This record gives sequence, structure tokens and C-alpha cells, in this order.
Amino acid sequence: MKKINQKDYANYVNEKIPKPKIVKNCIWAFLVGGLICTFGQVITNFVIKYGLDKKAASTATPVILIFLSALLTGLGVYDKIGKRAGAGSIVPITGFANSIVSPAMEFKREGFVLGVAAKMFTVAGPVLVYGIGSSVFVGILYLLLKK
Amino acid sequence: MEYVKAFFVGGIICVIGQILMDKTKLTPAHILVAFVTCGVILTAIGIYEPIVKFGGAGATVPLPGFGYSLAKGVIEAVNKDGIIGAFTGGVQATAGGIAAATVFGYIMAVIFNPKSKK
Amino acid sequence: MAHKRLGKQTVKLQNPPSIIATSSIVGPKEGEGPLKNFFDQIIQDDLWGEESWEKCESKLQREVVKLALSNAKIVESQVDFLLAGDLLNQIIASSFAARQLAIPFFGLYGACSTMAESLSLGSMLIDGGFADKIACATSSHFSTAERQYRYPLEHGNQRPLTSQWTVTGAGASILSSSGGAPYITHVTTGKVIDPGIKDANNMGAAMAPAAADVIVQHFKDTGLKPSDYDLIITGDLASIGKEITEELIAKEGYNVSNVYSDCGIEIFDNKKQDTHAGGSGCGCSAVVFNGYVYKQLLSKKLNRVLLVSTGALLSPTSAMQGESIPGIAHAVSISNIIS
Repeated sequence: MKKINQKDYANYVNEKIPKPKIVKNCIWAFLVGGLICTFGQVITNFVIKYGLDKKAASTATPVILIFLSALLTGLGVYDKIGKRAGAGSIVPITGFANSIVSPAMEFKREGFVLGVAAKMFTVAGPVLVYGIGSSVFVGILYLLLKK
Repeated sequence: MEYVKAFFVGGIICVIGQILMDKTKLTPAHILVAFVTCGVILTAIGIYEPIVKFGGAGATVPLPGFGYSLAKGVIEAVNKDGIIGAFTGGVQATAGGIAAATVFGYIMAVIFNPKSKK
Repeated sequence: MAHKRLGKQTVKLQNPPSIIATSSIVGPKEGEGPLKNFFDQIIQDDLWGEESWEKCESKLQREVVKLALSNAKIVESQVDFLLAGDLLNQIIASSFAARQLAIPFFGLYGACSTMAESLSLGSMLIDGGFADKIACATSSHFSTAERQYRYPLEHGNQRPLTSQWTVTGAGASILSSSGGAPYITHVTTGKVIDPGIKDANNMGAAMAPAAADVIVQHFKDTGLKPSDYDLIITGDLASIGKEITEELIAKEGYNVSNVYSDCGIEIFDNKKQDTHAGGSGCGCSAVVFNGYVYKQLLSKKLNRVLLVSTGALLSPTSAMQGESIPGIAHAVSISNIIS
């Protein structure tokens, strides 16, 4: 057979690939993502009603959402939501918790230190590195510009 | 109305993530990192605060909201403690979420086993 | 002089070895698929009483070899070589299975092309007079492959439409210098071909040129035509890869559309079982060949088959470093009649 031109082949393959149903995926992401956020608002209002101030509520809300997402991941439900919702259940903080619990569970047989504890942060680690890293950078920049 | 706004803003942020995932080869890990970093930057330049004011949990629950908490915490801490605040502010403001994710994650991993897919 | 060679890449076996027995064990999902009646055993859950999926995969391979031996009515000590491989790092499923089988062992790595690779090497060892009985085996497991190559099972991600479903299952063939049909008559060994595909979720397209190349080369070397075959079946190209392979072969002037199929398409009902493009993994061509195709050969519903197992030679490291995915394919010609 003749040697394959990689560029031509890539174009040829691209035409064969079924296109993801973006509109359908986006509707699902919108609905599920929206629902999770609305639920977050419900929690916020609820804890404020029971005496927490605004600042405490802004900590309590993610803590409760993270707990629920971790539980649903453990029960084997979150991956089924994610299959439909895509980014709708990845982008909220619950997706962050799912990305921690799912590898932690899966690597239990490799031990509790190098398995569970190390693998917990395969996705969450980079999020913290870039999140905290950029916040420190912003803090220093803010300090310099303030003067 | 508050709930409608949260639903709408949260939904839109997720749709942006979905379009990125379907149109590019970005993995969920890349999306999460990008969204947190965007949250930090948008807050620093003052764009994210109005979105939070409008959308409430719709803006704080998605991952850019995590970035928002980090950046907001850092700026408040710098105002109070100067340079030290740049290092402590972000983690302080988000400590609850990080600790919860670590502890609940660990507990769930100990209790449950992954189920095979059908 | 290598007098058994034919053309550039093909070996014509002078004393074609017989496939005297095969065996196949599959997981629950495969056991619900269209070929469920052809498998020897269907396990009820994907741990099969083991502590980890890796141990389960190793057990699958160990048990499938034992089952093939009992189907052939021979014992371990009568087998000269075990040729086996799998997808796990350092092929532990195979070597850990072999530590409990008292058979001299060669470990192979050809990714998902291992079934045809082991049959190729086994039949040449027998024809060369180095062995009388050889066991060829391979396995794959959905959950071990997912955690090695992709995401944890409980991670809430979406599988792209081009992605394939790794088959949980193992298959084994027993080759013998004496015995009846079916026989392995030709072996065409493929070259590694890299068409530059980088998307690990589109392995069918990465392997298709290697498959097309080895099939075309097989025709050129042997002088056989597509119509000489009742079935030409590739390993795990799935729907997109199969279509591309067929078109690439057609460009070279051979029309295989009437006899061509793919194990990855046969094993699942893609629509009902939500497997997207189709099945994949070493176990895919292993269970389809040793379960379905072999039985069709025995009952003479098929008389001449070209098995072309296909492999994507990537590793998690190479994928992360942005390397493209090289493909490999090996063809084994199996016939009820020796010309």
C-alpha cells in the first residue's frame, strides 16, 4: 500500500467521525448545571435562615454540596448523571468532589497511602495548584498596584 | 426570582464548559483547571463580582466560583495583612471546601467500592 | 533459504497446524450480546470472586487455558509452549496466569493484535518442528483497561461517540501438529503503521491503515482473492475503523465488502448496549474467534477465514506526551481444506 499522507488522512477521518450532538448535550448541561446551582441557592438561603451569616453560608454551601456529591459518587449515581449531563455535572463544585472520590475509591486496592490518598488528587491537585497559584499571583499583583 | 437567576447563570456556565468539551479535545481535568483560573482572573479584574451579585449560587457553585472565593479572599487578606495575606487569603477563604472534599472523599472511598459499568 | 516464505510478508505453512480446540470466557455484558450462545462460559460479575479486576483478568486467562486443554482432552504437561499476552502494564494478566500453569511460557505484547500474533508464532513453531502442542491465549477486562488508559469508573465523564468498549473476556486456542480441520495455512505479519492519529478515543481510525495494509499484502503475497474467503474479520476496528479499512482496501483494487466484518461490531449490539463505536481489547478478537468463528468453521458454515487482529500501540505515557498512535495488524488464514 502507498504511504499515507497524515494530513489527508486526518481530514478524511474527521469526515467519518460522528459529530457530538452539541445542542442536546448543551441542553442537558444547562438543565443539570442549573439545577445543581439552584439547589446550592436553596442551601444558602436555608442556612442563612437558621442563623448563619453570609460569610459562613458561603462556606457551608460548598461543604454540603461536596458531601452530597461524594455520597452520590460512592453510591454509584454520580457517573450516571455525568453520562447525560456532561459539563453540567463536571463544572459545579460537585464535579470537583466527584473527581476526588472516584479515583480514591478505585485505587483502594493499591493501599491507603499511595492508592487512596495519592490518587484522590489526580484531578483535584492540578485544580488546587492553578487555583491557589493564580490567587497568590493576583494577591501580589494587587499589593504592588495598590501602592 | 433568586432561584431563576441562579439556575440561569449556573446553566450558562456549564454550557460554556460543554461547548469547550465537545468542540475541543479538552478533558474534564483541563476544563476544571481552566475554569478555576478564569474565576481567579475575572474576579481580580472585577468582572466576576457583578456576576455573583446577579446570579448568587449560580455563580459561586460552579468552579469559577471557587476561583472567585480564592481571589476575593486574597484581596481582603492583602488589605489586612499585606504581603502575607497574598499567601494566606486564598486558602483561608476556601479552607472549608478543600477540607470537606478531602475528608468526605476519603471517607467515601473507605466505605464504598466502585461498581462495574453495564 | 527461507523456502516457506511467500511474497514479502507471508509464510505458507508446509505442514499446516490444526486448531484442535478453543475456549472462551466472557463478562456479563458480552454475555448479553448477540454472540452469547457461542461462548463457553459467561461470568456473572466482573470480579469473579477475586479481590481486584487485575486478578480477575488473570483468572480469566488461566481458566480459559485450562478450559481449552480440557476441550482438547489433553493435560498441561503435553503442551510445549504457552504464548500469551494482554493489555496490562508488564502483561501481568498473562504471566500471573502462567505461574499457575506448568507450561513453558512466552509473553507477548501486541496490544489487541495478540490473538493473531500468538496464532502466527504458534503455527510457525509447530511447522518448524519445534513443538507438537501449543496454547495461544489472550485476555482483556473493561475495568482494568479503563483505569489504566482512561477514567475511574465512578467519574462522571461522557464517552465520546468514537470511543470503544473494552471487552471483558479471554480466549484460547490449542494448536497441534496432528489433527483435523480447521488448519492454519498462511500467516501474514503486519508492519507498524502510524497514520498520525492522536486521539486515544478514536483507535479504530488509528489501526485501520495497518489492517488494510496487511490484508492487501496478504492478497498480493498469496494470490488469493477476497472471494476465496467466506469471512475476513478484523479485531477491534469498530464502526468507524471498519468503514475506513474497507475503503482503503477498495482503493488498492480489492472489494471485500461481501465477506468483511469486524469482531468489535459483532460482539455488541451497539444501539442497545450503548457501546458507541463497538468493542475493543485483546479479548475482543479472542472471544469472537475462539467462540463464534471457530464453531462456524467446525460446522462448515464457514470454510475459509482470514482473522486479522488489530492493535493500537499506545501507552498512557505516550498519549500524555502527545505522541500519535501507531497501529499493527496480523493476518492468519484458517481453512477447513488444505490445498
